[in-house]
Amino acid sequence: MIKGNIDSFETMGLVDGPGVRFVVFLQGCPIRCAYCHNPEMWDPNLSKTKMTPEELLAKMLRYKPYFKNGGGITVSGGEPLLQVEFVTELFKLCKQNNIHTCLDTSGQGDGYDELLDFCDLVILDVKELDKEKYLNLVGKDISKFTKFLDACQKKNKKMWLRQVIVPNFNDNEESVLKLKEFAKKLKNIEKIELLPYHTMAKEKYKKLGIKYRLEDTPEMDKQRCQKLEKLLKD
Amino acid sequence: MEKQKFEQWKGFKGDKWKESIDVSDFILSNFKEYRGDDKFLCEPTEKTKKVWAKCNTLLKKESKLGLLDVELTTVSGINTFAPGYIDKKNEVVVGLQTDQPLKRIVNLYGGFRTAEKALAAYGRELDPEIRRHFMEYRKTHNDGVFDAYTPEIRRARSAGLLTGLPDAYGRGRIIGDYRRVALYGIDVLIEEKKHDKETIDVRDEESIRLREEVSEQIRALGQIKEMALSYGFDISKPAQNSREAVQWLYFAYLASVKENNGAAMSLGRTATFLDIYFERDFKNGTLTEEEAQELVDQFVIKLRLVRHLRTPDYDEIFAGDPTWVTESIGGMVDDKKSLVTKNSFRYLQTLINLDASPEPNLTVLYSEKLPLNFRKFCAKISILTDSIQYEGDDVMRPLYGNDYAIACCVSAMKVGKQMQFFGARCNLAKSLLYSLNGGVDENSGVQVVEGLAKNTEEVLSFDKVWKNYQKTLEKVAKTYVEAMNIIHYMHDKYAYERGQMALLDTRVERLMAFGAAGFSVVADSLSAIKYAKVKPIRDERGIIVDFEIEGDFPKFGNDDDRVDQIGVDVVQFFFGCLKKQKTYRNAMHTLSLLTITSNVMYGKKTGSTPDGRKAGVAFAPGANPMHERDCSGALASLNSVAKIPYGCCCQDGISNTFSIVPDALGHSESSRISNLVDILDGYFVQDAQHLNVNVLNRELLIDAMNHPWKYPNLTIRVSGYAVNFNRLSKAHQKEVIARTFHGKR
Repeated sequence: MIKGNIDSFETMGLVDGPGVRFVVFLQGCPIRCAYCHNPEMWDPNLSKTKMTPEELLAKMLRYKPYFKNGGGITVSGGEPLLQVEFVTELFKLCKQNNIHTCLDTSGQGDGYDELLDFCDLVILDVKELDKEKYLNLVGKDISKFTKFLDACQKKNKKMWLRQVIVPNFNDNEESVLKLKEFAKKLKNIEKIELLPYHTMAKEKYKKLGIKYRLEDTPEMDKQRCQKLEKLLKD
Repeated sequence: MEKQKFEQWKGFKGDKWKESIDVSDFILSNFKEYRGDDKFLCEPTEKTKKVWAKCNTLLKKESKLGLLDVELTTVSGINTFAPGYIDKKNEVVVGLQTDQPLKRIVNLYGGFRTAEKALAAYGRELDPEIRRHFMEYRKTHNDGVFDAYTPEIRRARSAGLLTGLPDAYGRGRIIGDYRRVALYGIDVLIEEKKHDKETIDVRDEESIRLREEVSEQIRALGQIKEMALSYGFDISKPAQNSREAVQWLYFAYLASVKENNGAAMSLGRTATFLDIYFERDFKNGTLTEEEAQELVDQFVIKLRLVRHLRTPDYDEIFAGDPTWVTESIGGMVDDKKSLVTKNSFRYLQTLINLDASPEPNLTVLYSEKLPLNFRKFCAKISILTDSIQYEGDDVMRPLYGNDYAIACCVSAMKVGKQMQFFGARCNLAKSLLYSLNGGVDENSGVQVVEGLAKNTEEVLSFDKVWKNYQKTLEKVAKTYVEAMNIIHYMHDKYAYERGQMALLDTRVERLMAFGAAGFSVVADSLSAIKYAKVKPIRDERGIIVDFEIEGDFPKFGNDDDRVDQIGVDVVQFFFGCLKKQKTYRNAMHTLSLLTITSNVMYGKKTGSTPDGRKAGVAFAPGANPMHERDCSGALASLNSVAKIPYGCCCQDGISNTFSIVPDALGHSESSRISNLVDILDGYFVQDAQHLNVNVLNRELLIDAMNHPWKYPNLTIRVSGYAVNFNRLSKAHQKEVIARTFHGKR
């Protein structure tokens, strides 16, 4: 029986998808974003809580009373596509139990064709649109992201797009308008959210003994980020 | 009674309520459910603004001084004070406890020493004549109690095993059905009581007592009438319009807070009752929406000014000078129809019109079946003001019917049909330590409970500890019930609440409300003993004073049955122990998990516990998980608390206080509102009973602690009630800040 390698749960996720979400954070990530705030979830071999899809479903069903308003499960990470078989099995079970399913991903993975069939919403993290910049920020080629997005479009998946806004990197109108143009060409985009970069993860890096690449970058001003987000709506 | 006819009742439907005192039937026959939104609501009128501005000046002064003024030459009583006003020409609802706003009453019937101590704390002295009278001729409740207390009770009391007992102050938690005065007028109520008295045959002590009590009630009703007359209102007949209905009802409530300094002086369930009068006047064209809101705002202003004279000790337990003027709003008639009216909205709107405030303690009787617009409005006001508490109508209605109200924080009772013998609480965590130390107190070394064996194990074994704990709880419960029986016998004898009891049925049902503190500490402690390795550390006296814990263990608040069930077993067992003991006047036993703010004081008095909590550290409030141990997210925490059984066990309430960071609740105002509604729906549908909701950041509270002047109206829910944050002691502020704030991830 396949088991998922799980970092942690958030039983009251209210921002990662519609309604109240039971959020599962899966262990392991193939990319290394400069601003990553969960570096403890990078190593896929680090063994944390192991659970079968059935076990996880049983745990999640305890929260079904809160899912009335379109709520459900969100699988995040790390990168959930690293454990694509597990997530596929889990989402299958969820759909049998009428639970709304949401995948929170960077698109960096393979073998997700069947998974997408059981996925009601994809939250796709659009790290960066420029190839060079993407490589620099994420440490991986953009092609898998593009391929994943195409697959979602072909299957008419409902999508939310997200981007972290980092000072002196993409906190400018030009960059945001570029994102807007990009989204315009896509279908089924329900929402675009800009997330202000924060420095709360610094302590984690220190503890783990990993060098923090944005040591000198200040936090993103929340109000300025909201202003930029408005550009998307006009 | 004979069927009554009054011209004041013109336009009201139904018959049953005309043939007997039956406010509930009147409401059900006449109320109009409102399913719309909040757009009809009005801002405060000029008159209201003027009255409130005057009050604000006084309130500011009071908060600096601690006490604005106190009446020293007259003692408590329904009609012992001259009428008082705030700003007579702008007041549409009149009446104050004394002749001046915020001037406190001295109530000596509960306990002379307590009142004198409270006065001394503020540098005041009682009129010497009154002092002489009470010292020489009048015995008080407190004197009576201590005459009858056993040595076991005294020891349990001073060790902090039983604390907050109403043995030196008014018990409160009685809700007079104040609506009766508006609906029937005083004269009908007097006639009914006279009739009741005739039917009481002299058979035994109980019947003699009841005959005397009813006579006192009749006298009190006469005094309420006279008191109203001193303000220029004749309340002998029913109220004939909205303004009179509010005024009559308020006079009835006012009489209760003139006569009694009860721990909690709750209002009941008045919003929908009054809405019937408002709707009739709208129909007649004699009332506008502005005027309706004005009546509600000004009524609420009056409720915000209710004060009692209390000692610094009392404030240490119940911080922030609370009076628990609890008003229950909403609730369902049955599975389909709710009791929500426009006036339910107006009551909540006072938190906008007059700013956030701890009093009155606005309590929404919640069900996922309430109209969505109302649920959304509640969530909106919660997010804006942190001033509302929610209580599960779906678990209470089957037990109390659809006309119950909350007294104090979480205690439900049928309005007009039931009263409560309030009983503070017992320290479950200390009891656990006693079960290990053979009944010897871990701090003082005094033998508090006798006949218990000491635990001598190197590593604590669950079975042994659990067996000894059960034995301890049996003994503690016996002492506790004895104390309560004595207290309420004496309270009835020396400080009987005549005015409030006059507004209840003569053959009232009595609930005896026991309480327990330290619930999550005990659940986690027993879990640690069961699932980890717990070694007791003994001092030179051989008393266990600390514990060494090896390994991890499940903690309450993570929706983990292994520990949650231990907690449930403990309360069920303890309640069983209480039920074995006979109660005074055959009151029905009930139990609450509610600490109010006494969790800080209980923690201070309790040594280190096997869960790793160090000596002196505050307990979690009520039924809450211990601070920061609920680490699986808020809903896991809520689910754990929802498992504690309400009916047939913790039927006096299960208090849960929950704080969430605004950003975690949603990105926009509308998503925050709908998410909060989903959380409330999901919690209460699992038969949960109570939830305090705070939407705020820890940083904000820290800032408010350091710069109180920046936040004059910062109100937060603590445990069953709300407080102005600035009025909490530093210790209480720190405890609130140390609580789990969900959604920091």
